[in-house]
Amino acid sequence: MSMLHFIPLAPFIVAIFIPILYKAFRHIHTGWFVLPLPILLFIYLIQYLPFGGEPLTPIMETIAWVPSLGINFTVYLDGLSLLFALLITGIGALVVLYSIYYIANKREEPLNNFYVYLLMFMGAMLGVVLSDNLIVLYVFWELTSLASALLIAYWFHKEKSRYGAQKSMLITVSGGFAMLAGFTLLYNMTGTFSVREIIASVSEISTDMLFIPAMILILLGAFTKSAQFPFHIWLPDAMEAPTPVSAYLHSATMVKAGIYLVARFTPVFGGQAEWFWIVTSFGLLTLLWGSVSAVRQKDLKGILAFSTVSQLGLIMSLLGIGSAAYQYEVIGGESIATVAILAAMLHLFNHATFKGSLFMVVGIIDHETGTRDIRKLGGLMTIMPITFTISLIGVASMAGLPPFNGFLSKEMFFTGMLSGASLDVFNVQTLGFIFPIVAWVASVFTFLYCMIMLFKTFTGKHQPEKLEKEAHEAPFGLLISPIILASLVVLFGLFPNLLAYTIVDPAMQAILPGLLQEGEQFYVNIYHWHGFNAELFMTMGVVFFGAFLYVNLKKVQETAFYLGERDPLNWFYDNGLDGLITGSTAVNNVQMTGKLRDYFTFMFAFLILSVGYMLIRTGSFAFDIQNAAMISPYIYLVVAAIIISTIALPFMNNRITAIVLVGVVGFLIALLFVILRAPDLALTQLLVETVMVVLLLLVFYHLPELKKEKFTPAFNVSNAVISIGVGLVVTITGLAVHAFSNENPMSRISDYFVENAYALAGGNNIVNVILVDFRGLDTLLEVVVLGIVALAVVVLIKYKAKEGEDV
Amino acid sequence: MKTRPLQFQVVTRVVAFIILAFSVFLFFAGHNNPGGGFIGGLMTAAALVLLYLTFDVKTIKKVIPFDYAKMIAAGLTLAIVTGMGGMVLGQPFLSQYDRYITFPFFGEFHATTALPFDLGIYLVVVGFTLLVILTIAEDGS
Repeated sequence: MSMLHFIPLAPFIVAIFIPILYKAFRHIHTGWFVLPLPILLFIYLIQYLPFGGEPLTPIMETIAWVPSLGINFTVYLDGLSLLFALLITGIGALVVLYSIYYIANKREEPLNNFYVYLLMFMGAMLGVVLSDNLIVLYVFWELTSLASALLIAYWFHKEKSRYGAQKSMLITVSGGFAMLAGFTLLYNMTGTFSVREIIASVSEISTDMLFIPAMILILLGAFTKSAQFPFHIWLPDAMEAPTPVSAYLHSATMVKAGIYLVARFTPVFGGQAEWFWIVTSFGLLTLLWGSVSAVRQKDLKGILAFSTVSQLGLIMSLLGIGSAAYQYEVIGGESIATVAILAAMLHLFNHATFKGSLFMVVGIIDHETGTRDIRKLGGLMTIMPITFTISLIGVASMAGLPPFNGFLSKEMFFTGMLSGASLDVFNVQTLGFIFPIVAWVASVFTFLYCMIMLFKTFTGKHQPEKLEKEAHEAPFGLLISPIILASLVVLFGLFPNLLAYTIVDPAMQAILPGLLQEGEQFYVNIYHWHGFNAELFMTMGVVFFGAFLYVNLKKVQETAFYLGERDPLNWFYDNGLDGLITGSTAVNNVQMTGKLRDYFTFMFAFLILSVGYMLIRTGSFAFDIQNAAMISPYIYLVVAAIIISTIALPFMNNRITAIVLVGVVGFLIALLFVILRAPDLALTQLLVETVMVVLLLLVFYHLPELKKEKFTPAFNVSNAVISIGVGLVVTITGLAVHAFSNENPMSRISDYFVENAYALAGGNNIVNVILVDFRGLDTLLEVVVLGIVALAVVVLIKYKAKEGEDV
Repeated sequence: MKTRPLQFQVVTRVVAFIILAFSVFLFFAGHNNPGGGFIGGLMTAAALVLLYLTFDVKTIKKVIPFDYAKMIAAGLTLAIVTGMGGMVLGQPFLSQYDRYITFPFFGEFHATTALPFDLGIYLVVVGFTLLVILTIAEDGS
């Protein structure tokens, strides 16, 4: 256990104490207890940054978890994971600070839930970016889905919140499943779950039949998480979450997990044409669709949501183009494709700063005016000057205007796209000319929605009658976090090279390992002015056409594409979900009849068919009574009694007699255990029978009087077939097993236990030693099942649904 | 309060505690002789059920003020925490340890981590049985 292991675990540990602190210190906002954690983690992580110019050496620490399956809790810290971990903790700290002022410390606000979910999310996210082991990564990955769904549904009494949470959960979790399948395929090919080792064996697996399926499955996970087209539809609905959550999940962390995954797997799949085209084209499509759709939105958070979708597409497409770097030689730390990776990492960082501040600003507007609808807002510039200034900085950066950091990455994005178009691998010649065109069109729309956001909110006429509250400037506490982020936007806009060799270059080295010579670094030099080149003219065009469209906004919004209120792709999700529910209800109605008898029929029929089929297929019928144990006369007697009582059971007309008969069977079996010298089993059986009788009598007391004729056993052909079938199959299997062991003598497992019970577990009672030691995990999980059953019984009985109510 | 036969009550008062004592013995005997958490738990539950049958639920609730749902939770926690003990020392989950400790007067004592684990199971079994039986019994009354 090293310090690094504690980084993803610390939030979970703190989360345990939150409910206690929430109850103990009611007058203190729970957020204050959470705040120190991300700050401490951030400070701890900062020290790993290579300030002195020396390259960052990756650190790896391992704890064995299930070593026999290659599953270990391995923490791996390199430039890429450090960049993400810093974003998660840094933005996390600001978001917590912001939330303290945003969510009032009122009794009806379940703050303990909020912060527990938030911490869970933070820990899961840190786990994703720090794990080297794919299975551990997957576990944390799904935890982020779960935690984010809980956060989105924080105000669960709102229908829309629940809808958004369900949607995000369904889409991201199914993507996660696909990703898990991809991971197992990789394991199949390489025999390891470690990303390091997989990267080391790329040359062997790249020709494997399973390589492309694995790639596509993993990309499905990344695309659903990062809201790539057409999976982006969950992100706008996720905006029902409280704004601090939106700022955190949807600007800095969760949606970037997909980006992280693609970056992480670039060394594995990077040299492939399929990877290049899939990642680039989906990224570009998302970029275009997101920016065009953002113009439709009337809700400020809706605009930001689609803006996030589009910016994620931008980073994704850059990663796609940058993956071609494996086809080129790197000279002096630079090659034609590496600039795309550079742009992706720079924009990733910049996006987190300006989008984070914008989300917080929108939260402030919502908080102070009571609405986020741009049709109601307007003229807030003079009323909320500080908010306006922060918005101006954020929006200008998002639109890609100098001197803010968004301009730098936007220019670099154009450079990346232009260089992508001029690649001469993967048949880029045929379609590559599209890259810069799409990039430019999307940027025009980006500029357009940036203008809408800023001007519709802050300029024009103030309409106080449409607002729920009287607008005024936000309290200082709410402003701290966005001010810090906006200052970062300006700071890194003016001095971009602060990032160059501390953050961007180590991240690039992590994404593109093995390309550099020993001791070399990628060439990172970020500057504002690079002459009158294509990129600058593209930016000028963006500003010009964007402004032109804004002037003609009415006409733009009257085009057919903008007439609908929602994203047209939602149709597929809503109808798909409806179909799923109708379909499963239909299946349920056939299968779940509510009659115990039918369930037994299904189960036994399945048993007969599956086991019977295997018996026939493998031809294992065999009869060989050699080595069979002697059967004493007592046993014949007891077994005969058991058989007689069992056969008599269905002919009983009286319930009490039936219960007593069942009891007799149970006690006779206990007797059998005694004769066969299994005191533990006999004791258990006896006690269970005793308790069962009490239970049966209690249930009996509650059973409604059944009509006599229902109880008369009618001879039922299907019942007879099934019961005889089960008996036959079990008997034949038993005989076959015995015959098999005669032919193939093997050492019995019981011998192992007899020999080792005392030596390894220090106990003489083998049964008990097996229960608590050799198979302790089974026992533990069994008692967990007991606990769940007890819970179910209590819920079923105490909270009975009323007539016609849904369970 | 329903009346119950006097003989029944008198006998139960004695017998229930004999069963309880025996169940505790069974629990501790478990590691080397028939018994253990599961059987001990069931027997304790049987004794308590007998008490509930003889006297009414209210009376027993006063005498034995356990929340059985919490008992299940406590048992599960105990079992899991015991299992995690080994992890601190870098061993896999559920590693067991045992050692002979010699106390003055009491003599040699065989300390195993299996014991607290088994205690967890014991608690879950007792809690489960009684929770289910009591919930069903209280229903409708």
